[in-house]
Amino acid sequence: MIEAIYSFFADPNIQWVLFGTMLLGLTGGVLSVFAVLRQQSLLGDVIAHAALPGICLSYLLFGIKSVPLFLGGALVSGLLAGWLIQVIVRHSKLRQDAALAIVLSVFFGLGLMLLTYIQQLPNGNQAGLSRFLFGQAASLIASDVRLIAICALVTAVVVILFFEQWKTLCFDPIFAASIGMPVKMLHFLLTALIVVIVIIGIQIAGVVLVAALLITPAMSARYWSQSLASMIWLSALFGCLAGLLGTVTSVVLGDIPTGPVIILYGAIIFLLSLLLAPGKGLLMGGRRS
Amino acid sequence: MSYELSIIVIGALTGVCCSLVGSYLLARKMAMIGDAISHTVLLGIVIAFLVSSQMSGIWMYIGATVVGLATAYFAQLLHEWKVKADAAIGVTFTTLFALAILLITLFTERVHLDLDHVLYGEIAFAPLRTWEWFGHSLGPQALWILSGLMLLIIGCYALLSKQIRTITFDPAFAQVSGMPLRRVHYLMMTLVSLTAVAAFDIVGSILVVAMLVVPPATAYLMARSFQQVLLYSALFAIVAALGGYAMASVLNASIAGAMTVCAGLIFAFIFSLKIALRKLKV
Repeated sequence: MIEAIYSFFADPNIQWVLFGTMLLGLTGGVLSVFAVLRQQSLLGDVIAHAALPGICLSYLLFGIKSVPLFLGGALVSGLLAGWLIQVIVRHSKLRQDAALAIVLSVFFGLGLMLLTYIQQLPNGNQAGLSRFLFGQAASLIASDVRLIAICALVTAVVVILFFEQWKTLCFDPIFAASIGMPVKMLHFLLTALIVVIVIIGIQIAGVVLVAALLITPAMSARYWSQSLASMIWLSALFGCLAGLLGTVTSVVLGDIPTGPVIILYGAIIFLLSLLLAPGKGLLMGGRRS
Repeated sequence: MSYELSIIVIGALTGVCCSLVGSYLLARKMAMIGDAISHTVLLGIVIAFLVSSQMSGIWMYIGATVVGLATAYFAQLLHEWKVKADAAIGVTFTTLFALAILLITLFTERVHLDLDHVLYGEIAFAPLRTWEWFGHSLGPQALWILSGLMLLIIGCYALLSKQIRTITFDPAFAQVSGMPLRRVHYLMMTLVSLTAVAAFDIVGSILVVAMLVVPPATAYLMARSFQQVLLYSALFAIVAALGGYAMASVLNASIAGAMTVCAGLIFAFIFSLKIALRKLKV
């Protein structure tokens, strides 16, 4: 038994995938706290869809398939999408959710148009599209994991450096602006980190499900925590746990895609928190609104 | 009817159906629910397929409608349990979608479901799927399904015009005055699910997501009443279908994608026009 477990974790391929999904879950967990508190849970969903035209354009411009170039293109279009949402909300009577849905669908439609255009070019082919749409955690290689690790490190440093400022921004944005905090810069920093983690996450979970990495851990953590710091720790833990359980399950059972299983574990953790968290859970004396 | 014309009419009908129900979602500040439902109907389609072993027909519509309603219900329930509305939508639809993908891969030898086709559709094939009746061709089935759906939606709006106007204008008042808020709401959610699954099968989900929100939002920028929102959004949807088809045939690219982009361009045009006009006045 112990032998079997040992040989399971000794497989280098599994090690990389496991390490990658756990780190991604952890980083997503940390960022999800700020995304949910800033009422931007669905931003991840929008950015994931908005990445497609960026990836296509970078292919059209440079004519080669390279992951860093694709990431660059996705980063630009993701940030542009984030900015456009702000513009629509600020300059019209449309609300945030409408702006999110508009930007999401139009960017993805544009991406689709470019993609089909590329496919009918002489040297274009659609390799990698279904990987983009549904993710493929099993194909994680060392360089991907290194990228996730760098991203996790940067996120950790930024969160530690700007903890107090982001805390104020989350709980009282008007006060934050009135004492002269660089609200725009802080907001941009958060959006940029979300864009990066989403684009890396797409490779594992796919374009639709990556949004869950940035929502579910924080929602679960909320039920168990009394302060922002403990919420961040718990959220990171839940994200990491979902990554671990999802990867192990999908490897043990075989032929099961890792991304959806990770998301479902996240949902189970959320359901348990909703029902059982002491004081706040529905079965533990928590009140309905 | 020629092949090109059928595609344009199918696109326009999809757009009109989506934008009519989307106007309600927008007025109720639920734009992202439409996005969520148009993803989760996939789960209904998969379950219906596993039960009935058919990719089309009545089971698919029943399955998708049930899951669509469940999506709206779960999101509402979580919201009542003090979860923020957007986060409630996010967790509901990603979970149901993950379940759908899992089921598809688990039963992959039994489900002949082309995921690429489902998600971004191929409207170009829609006119080729026709219905026959005693040897006579009745034309593309998509035309019949979408026209029926449009009549159903318009009928619901006509019957419930007073309630819908009150609910969209002032939900709090509608509640106090004892209107069947919940019943009307879930009726509309049924229409959204039906539209999503019909369009899903015919044009793919991206055009659904776009048409549910972009034409209504464009109309919302310039309309003075809910009726005007309905009217303008249907109009914009038709223009987007026409323009999108032209754009797609020039570039030889995805028709549904181009119709979406065209709807986006109309929004961008009206949006900048509004800002320019406001600047001129000041």
